[in-house]
Amino acid sequence: MILRSDLQSITELIPNGSKVLDLGCGDGALLEYLVQKKQVRGRGIELSEAGVLACVKRGLSVRQGDLEEGLADYPSASFDYVILSQTLPFVDNPGRIVHEMLRVGQQGIVSFSNWGYWRCRLHLLLTGRIPQAPDLPQPWYDTPRWQAFTITDFGRFCRQQNLTIDRQIYLAGDHPYTRRKFKNLLATTAIFALKNRQSQPPSMPE
Amino acid sequence: MIPENSVGIVNPETFTFAKDEPFQLESGATLYPVDVAYETYGRLNADRSNAILINHALSGSAHAAGYHTLDPDPKPGWWDNCIGPGKAFDTNHFFVICSNVLGGCYGSSGPSSLNPATGQPYGLNFPVVTIGDMVRAQVKLIDHLGIDQLLCVAGGSMGGMQVLEWAAHHPERLKAAIPIATTSRHSPMLIALSEVGRQAIYADPYWNRGDYYQAEHKPDAGLAVARMVGHITYLSDESMHQKFGRRLKDIEQYGYEFETEFEIESYLKYNGHNFTRRFDANSYLYVTKAMDYFDLCAVHGSVAAAFANSTHIKFLVVSFTSDWLYPSYHSKELVSALHAAEADVTYLDIKSSWGHDAFLLEVDTMTNLLGSFLGRIVREEGIILPEAEVEPAAEPDPIENDAAPSAVSA
Repeated sequence: MILRSDLQSITELIPNGSKVLDLGCGDGALLEYLVQKKQVRGRGIELSEAGVLACVKRGLSVRQGDLEEGLADYPSASFDYVILSQTLPFVDNPGRIVHEMLRVGQQGIVSFSNWGYWRCRLHLLLTGRIPQAPDLPQPWYDTPRWQAFTITDFGRFCRQQNLTIDRQIYLAGDHPYTRRKFKNLLATTAIFALKNRQSQPPSMPE
Repeated sequence: MIPENSVGIVNPETFTFAKDEPFQLESGATLYPVDVAYETYGRLNADRSNAILINHALSGSAHAAGYHTLDPDPKPGWWDNCIGPGKAFDTNHFFVICSNVLGGCYGSSGPSSLNPATGQPYGLNFPVVTIGDMVRAQVKLIDHLGIDQLLCVAGGSMGGMQVLEWAAHHPERLKAAIPIATTSRHSPMLIALSEVGRQAIYADPYWNRGDYYQAEHKPDAGLAVARMVGHITYLSDESMHQKFGRRLKDIEQYGYEFETEFEIESYLKYNGHNFTRRFDANSYLYVTKAMDYFDLCAVHGSVAAAFANSTHIKFLVVSFTSDWLYPSYHSKELVSALHAAEADVTYLDIKSSWGHDAFLLEVDTMTNLLGSFLGRIVREEGIILPEAEVEPAAEPDPIENDAAPSAVSA
């Protein structure tokens, strides 16, 4: 069972036996991996009929629907982890989805392509055309409407929204990017594990 | 000619209970004895854990699959495209049961049954029944068949209401539930449509307050109109365009008269008339009334509360995009309630232009979806499926036969 490298990184953030909701779970490859290798209790939300059928074939429980109506179904804190993998640029209201994720889950894991990657910057500078994200090969007119944002943008968003960033993983292509500097320039993909500040346990007095 | 992937010739059976003790109905009335007509397909496994109960819709019967006779032009059971070897409900793996509802007219006790007290058909003296009563009669049947827990209960439309009734009120008796194109509470619009059908029957002078079984005429005209209204609600605007358009039937141009001119008129008339030959008008009243009373919310305060004890059940909820009788949002409300109850739910709104009828017509998607779902339940529940029946060798090769003992004779 081989997963895409960004999905593999996500699995490393999830402890065995957790309750996991995968938003936009596609054909269910990540969820199936988590169910089989990490014994998670997995659920998915997926818009496409083909995706839902593929998930059911893998033996997964998936609700068809868009993310907002799907998330609205679930009681608060009903999952340990809510995953949003490579989907945030395509949702109508990214901010609201992140907050809904952190209502329904104790933790949210968001992975996204970094438009701050140097090739994207160079592409716009040299060609005058909007760059595709490093791992989105289709041209702009063939993809669903997306919002381009960078690692720096997302970090600022988290600070402004008072979200705690628990873990950050960066990839350059298929390889981990572990240097502390120049992430926004050299990483193609970022994975953030988030928490709501108020959902944290109160800190112990010193 | 019976196709190869059919369950073949099937025998209708009848189970009778409440012979001494009357069967208590939700209304407070009692009934005895109670007949339940049923059919079964496939084989039970050793620990009786592979049984699936199929529930029929308003006008259906226990005859869900296969054929009753070797008639040269036989019509198979109503869900034959989904029940049989290699089909969605694979009879090589599962023991499939379908029973006729209480109040129906296909062998189970209903208004056309003989009232033992008078020796005459009940007519309107038959007590009004509910979806809950129908399901409690099925529970008696499952007990009689020696099955503690069903692997799955499935059905569309009114059959789906019975699925939800099973899951809400007899949760310990099933592992999985497949409610299709249905609702957890009959909406005012659905009650209104039922009432139009009933009013058509009441308005037929031959109805005679339900006392027509010995009469020369039955309320066929009223029942036919009720069925026509029903048929309209089972189609969609798009499917009517596709099937009939504005095409004229057997004429080139408008006749400017009140004859059947459009194909859609002819279709409705034909189906309305056909229905009167196979369905009892009083049963139509009783069964639609049972649907109208169905409301899991009223009983429990909320739909989620109705499923508070059903969290071990795996649900597959299915709706169809063009179904305006039991629209997708009814199913989505059900899914939300099931999620709120923290049940395990899979939901798919199948893209289809066939309206409510889609649940009988979208065979490929249904086979894929239901087959995958049931396969998962079998794996997760550790169900040991019955071993494949040994195929009798068509033309035994005499040399081979001498050389080794055949599997068939062993």
